Amino acid sequence: MTDKALSPLDLLNQLEGSRLVANIMHFGRILRAAGLPVGTGKILDAVNAVCEIGIGNRTDFYWALHAVFVDRRDRHEMFDQAFHIFWRDPKIMERMMGIMLPQIDGAAPIEAEPPSRRIQDALSPKNDGDDDERERDEELEFDAAMTASARELLQEMDFEDMSADEIARAKAAIARMRLPLAEVVTRRFEPTTRHRRIDMRATLRAALRSGGGMIPLRFRDRRTRPPPLVILCDISGSMSRYTRMFIHFMHTLTNDRDRVHTFLFGTRLTNVTRYLRHKDIDVALAKVTDAVEDWSGGTRIGDSLRDFNMHWSRRVLGQGAVVILISDGLDRDAGRGLTEEMDRLHKSCRRLIWLNPLLRFEGFEPKSQGIRAILPRVDDFRPVHNLQSLGELIEALSRPPSRRREGMEEWLKAM
Amino acid sequence: MATPIPESVEAVLDLLTKGKYVADRSLATALFLALKLNRPLFLEGEAGVGKTEIAKVLADSLGRRLIRLQCYEGLDISSAVYEWNYSLQMIDIRISEATGDRDRKRIEEGIFSERFLIKRPLLQALEPDISGLAPVLLIDELDRTDEPFEAFLLEVLSDFQITIPEIGTITAETPPIVVVTSNRTREIHDAIKRRCFYFWVDYPDSKRELEILNIKAPDAGENLSRQVVAFVQKLRDKDLFKLPGVSETIDWTNALVQLDKIDLDPETVNASLGVLLKYQDDIEKIRGSEAAAILDQVKAELAALHG
Repeated sequence: MTDKALSPLDLLNQLEGSRLVANIMHFGRILRAAGLPVGTGKILDAVNAVCEIGIGNRTDFYWALHAVFVDRRDRHEMFDQAFHIFWRDPKIMERMMGIMLPQIDGAAPIEAEPPSRRIQDALSPKNDGDDDERERDEELEFDAAMTASARELLQEMDFEDMSADEIARAKAAIARMRLPLAEVVTRRFEPTTRHRRIDMRATLRAALRSGGGMIPLRFRDRRTRPPPLVILCDISGSMSRYTRMFIHFMHTLTNDRDRVHTFLFGTRLTNVTRYLRHKDIDVALAKVTDAVEDWSGGTRIGDSLRDFNMHWSRRVLGQGAVVILISDGLDRDAGRGLTEEMDRLHKSCRRLIWLNPLLRFEGFEPKSQGIRAILPRVDDFRPVHNLQSLGELIEALSRPPSRRREGMEEWLKAM
Repeated sequence: MATPIPESVEAVLDLLTKGKYVADRSLATALFLALKLNRPLFLEGEAGVGKTEIAKVLADSLGRRLIRLQCYEGLDISSAVYEWNYSLQMIDIRISEATGDRDRKRIEEGIFSERFLIKRPLLQALEPDISGLAPVLLIDELDRTDEPFEAFLLEVLSDFQITIPEIGTITAETPPIVVVTSNRTREIHDAIKRRCFYFWVDYPDSKRELEILNIKAPDAGENLSRQVVAFVQKLRDKDLFKLPGVSETIDWTNALVQLDKIDLDPETVNASLGVLLKYQDDIEKIRGSEAAAILDQVKAELAALHG
């Protein structure tokens, strides 16, 4: 809200009322292009809201549009930037038509920081199909610039060279893979023929059907449903041989059931749930590849888990979630901070399962510090290096465990 | 007693201030729109920032009945909306039998009438109270329920109506004022949010938090309040699992008043840290040298500020 900004009241004096409505619509469309879910209904709401609030006060105007268009906290930034660019001068969009991206920063008045890439894209005209290549190049440069300070190995992982044979085998195997986690009893009921609890509502309706002379009892029982599933998958260099298989596996799980959340981590944590929800595995893979920046780099398990615990655990671990941690436990930070974070993670979920590809070696010994930090804080520890071990895993998970950490004694003794 | 719906953002701010709620103008704007356009207000934020309080203050200062629906996992129609009074229905069937009434249709209409309906919060909220005013409906911690209940709410929140298969659709003559809160332990579906005005309730800045303390803990001296606010604001910059909310600040201040403190000292802070922080890891991290360091910093800053 800079001083030289045109207040909406001035705007209205300059423009006719209908222009304000049109501008709200354009603003809504820009937000939509930037990825906010803005439908026509929302634009109508915004117009109504602005009618109620008036346009005498820029702050009120801002928050009225905010209340309509923003429905998640993480969308606030996007809205904020778009608002300040657009309502400084609604004509900016027209001016920006035809102006290429790099010039936007020069053309727009001084900004504290450059507006987010998505807003820039939303404000700029759509590229033709053959411009895709250049766009991608720019994006790469942009990414590189963003993270130049971070000492990370920015390697794009190439899924392209997966052989046809490999895909076929993986798909066939993964098609068989379901994760029948023991279902959790919920507090909801469903009809049953077993004599559990009497369902009074159904009973009375049945009684009326027979004219009230006889009252046949109807029963109900607690409904079960699979618990939410959270997968944390290590994609560092030491895991790179398996990453592709795991992503296929996670994709299958994500599309097989609801309430699955997927995170990838190397040196940082990325939530890829939304990308993996694409039914088409190729689209999903491409999106995941774009989203993740630390393919095949080092591992900071402690930091990544800390990030998860602080920012995500309370949002995705509700209602008795089962967590699957896929990692070899080889940590660049030699297990620093890992103990506390594993402790917190173990306490916040229903069951924590560790899948470790290193377990395929006979005589695997829990020697590394990372492994020694993780092992005492998981409920189950299993190999995951080929399709057979995945099969065994699925079999094991479908049996409800009698208690937490069942079968962990041997490993703890080995330490 | 009944106050009319405020006509401007300023009026909403006044109303909240009278109800002893210190609000940002941004919150007042969202609330004003919700009241004016008859839409639910969806409040999201960390625990203890005063989401539930807004609904309470609103009901209180508008002179309306507050109907609260506390959500929990497995919340179903029979405890949130309505239930049939089965024992009464059984008796009714027996009576009609005894009197020889065997007309199925008449019995059915009889026992599935409003007489046998037990109204739960959502259904109650569709009815005006004695003075003819629509109540304030607080749907608290919506994130604790499961998706099926959320889906059910869609009809209630958009059209203020409830469909009971045996009776038909019940519509509110005057729509209730609806406040929905969520702690974001999971993401609420966009379909719900789309029907509401959304507001993220953040931690207040130090000026506002001081105002809140002056109202909510008037017994604390100015000096103590300033120190408490500065201390808590500093804590919120730390890397903690659960940051202290406004309600913790108020609780802590009240606790310090009970301990007859007019000035923060390291021993008291260490001893009463459990009021402020709710996780053992967090307490361990702050207790001792960290707390002392923050306290020194706070005192130095306040001294510089007030000469």
